[in-house]
Amino acid sequence: MFYREAGQFKTTYASDEAIFPILQDRIGILIILAVAFVVIPAFGNDFFINAVMTPFLIFSLASIGLNLLTGYTGLLSLGTGGFMGIGAYACYKLTTIFPDVNIIVWIIVSGFFSAAVGVLFGLPSLRIKGFYLAIATLAAQFFLEWCFIRIPWLYNYNVSAAIEVPQRELFGVIITGPRATAETRYLIVLTIVTVMTWVASNIVHGRIGRMWMAVRDMDIAAELMGIRLLPTKLLAFAVSSFYCGVAGALLVFLWYGGAESTVFSINESFTVLFMIIIGGLGSLLGSFLGAALIYILPIVLRFVPPELGIPLHAATVEHITFMITGALIVFFLIAEPAGLARLWQIGKQKLRVWPFPY
Amino acid sequence: MGLLYQIFIDPFVQMGTAPDLFVQTLWEGMVGGVLYALIALGFVLIFKASGVFNFAQGIMVVFAALTLVGLYNAGVPAFLALGLTIAVMFALAFTVERAVLRPLVNQPDIILFMATFGLTYFLIGFGQFVFGGEPKVMITEQLYLPKGTITYKALGGVISLQKLDIAAAVIASVMVAGLAVFFSKTRIGRALRAVADSHSAALSVGISLEQIWVIVWFAAGLVALVTGIMWGARSDVSFALDVIALKALPVLILGGLTSIPGAIVGGLIIGIGEKLWEFYWGPLIGGGTDSWFAFVLALVFLLFRPQGLFGERIIERV
Repeated sequence: MFYREAGQFKTTYASDEAIFPILQDRIGILIILAVAFVVIPAFGNDFFINAVMTPFLIFSLASIGLNLLTGYTGLLSLGTGGFMGIGAYACYKLTTIFPDVNIIVWIIVSGFFSAAVGVLFGLPSLRIKGFYLAIATLAAQFFLEWCFIRIPWLYNYNVSAAIEVPQRELFGVIITGPRATAETRYLIVLTIVTVMTWVASNIVHGRIGRMWMAVRDMDIAAELMGIRLLPTKLLAFAVSSFYCGVAGALLVFLWYGGAESTVFSINESFTVLFMIIIGGLGSLLGSFLGAALIYILPIVLRFVPPELGIPLHAATVEHITFMITGALIVFFLIAEPAGLARLWQIGKQKLRVWPFPY
Repeated sequence: MGLLYQIFIDPFVQMGTAPDLFVQTLWEGMVGGVLYALIALGFVLIFKASGVFNFAQGIMVVFAALTLVGLYNAGVPAFLALGLTIAVMFALAFTVERAVLRPLVNQPDIILFMATFGLTYFLIGFGQFVFGGEPKVMITEQLYLPKGTITYKALGGVISLQKLDIAAAVIASVMVAGLAVFFSKTRIGRALRAVADSHSAALSVGISLEQIWVIVWFAAGLVALVTGIMWGARSDVSFALDVIALKALPVLILGGLTSIPGAIVGGLIIGIGEKLWEFYWGPLIGGGTDSWFAFVLALVFLLFRPQGLFGERIIERV
């Protein structure tokens, strides 16, 4: 009843191929964008914007990156943290060498460095896949982590071995560094994430996305159909690493404000992997839903016990968070292996036929 | 030229001129390798029987060691605590089979792999919740494990061996031999091998898959307990093993996913290679290289022999 597309006739190919062919979807996405761009910055408090929304969006972007590789192309990667780190360190080096160029430009450009390294470590994917590839990407993760510690050039020979974000401006407004306001940073992140999600959506709906999915579903058949495997897989690695690199640069420049190599540890890779598994492999919406669940759940859990009047130690809450996260992962895998995005599709179908069963 | 000399000549000259240091490094590497091999062994057991790539093996090691120490600290006598820990590992195997494996039967491998990630997180949280997150000291004396050092004067220098390491190597060999006998001589062992060969064929001759899974997870739990004791005796019992346990993955690549001797040999190669590399070549590029050496070695290995040293050829070339 709510989702009925009856009466919405498509008279051109363009409208038939639209990303949101149904009017309700278009209205929905406009409402979401309006809330994200107007309502949240206007009414949300600093804590909500800075500690919940900004990191949620950044992790969503990283999840999209990994989802392009793992969900759409079927190549399991555990090197996300390392690729995010490359983005952050590249952006830091670029902005210290060329301080006059706009920081937004460098955040985007740093993604290309990440993409180049991603292609390099993606080369073995031609011969191996599955767990074996996961271990090959683990090599990337640990090697990159080592580089972030042992190559002092990367952090400008700081004594603290950490990168500090310098203050940068855009149209006279401070956007990075400790003096930037939460709203400004949030809006910058939101804009970049929105644009990159739109680009990703176009990629996966187009020829490239179809090539990736063909490779994922059966690589030998894809090859017989004339898809060249090496360029396709490497392109997936490049685009995925690009997204992860931009996410890493955003993470440090617009959220943390400074970082050590430990930020980009193997745990980061696992966190992003959980997000796409829980959210749904091969779904952009799933990337957002998974990031929301995995990132926001611990924050909520931290606030629930005091609200209920149960005093708990911070450490205990941490442990319980781990337990619940683990249990939820297993629960979701059992309940819906295709992830939250699939649940949304089922819900949509229910809305469509309601109040009738069929 | 100077660089080439440093890379290709100098380390070997050092090995030749100070053979005692070389042997000492070799021994250290072997001891580390035994630990990797034991963790990898747990992986192989479960992978062979259920096709599940059990990511939680590393955390099972910590969990087993933590339970043992936690029970002892709570006032339970050492050997009773050992018995209780074995019981806990059985309960864990049973619960995992009921709560995780059975509902996920017939799902793709990657989903089961992810489920063991969930299990890992759960065990990290649960272990810390029950026993506390701070590092603990393993009860070596109460379990009558030897302590102290044997020093030799040999090769123009002094070589020192920890008695505990020798004990670890002996216990590991006994355990592997025991597993080999168990697999080849007993009824359950034969059933396990049948399941490893083909699930459906095993089912058709009346082998209960559920029962077998509980048994292999329990066996992996026992291996984890032994690993935990050995490793806890060398350093503290803490969740830092997490990252070390990941090194069991390159071991598996080297040895092959389904081979028990492969896990042992792979573990020793990685352990020794890592120590030698770090000691003789590491300083050239800044040290700390043992964090990635194993993975890069596995990566290179994958390009030439994807099925590992002893593994079955299951990789599909594309």
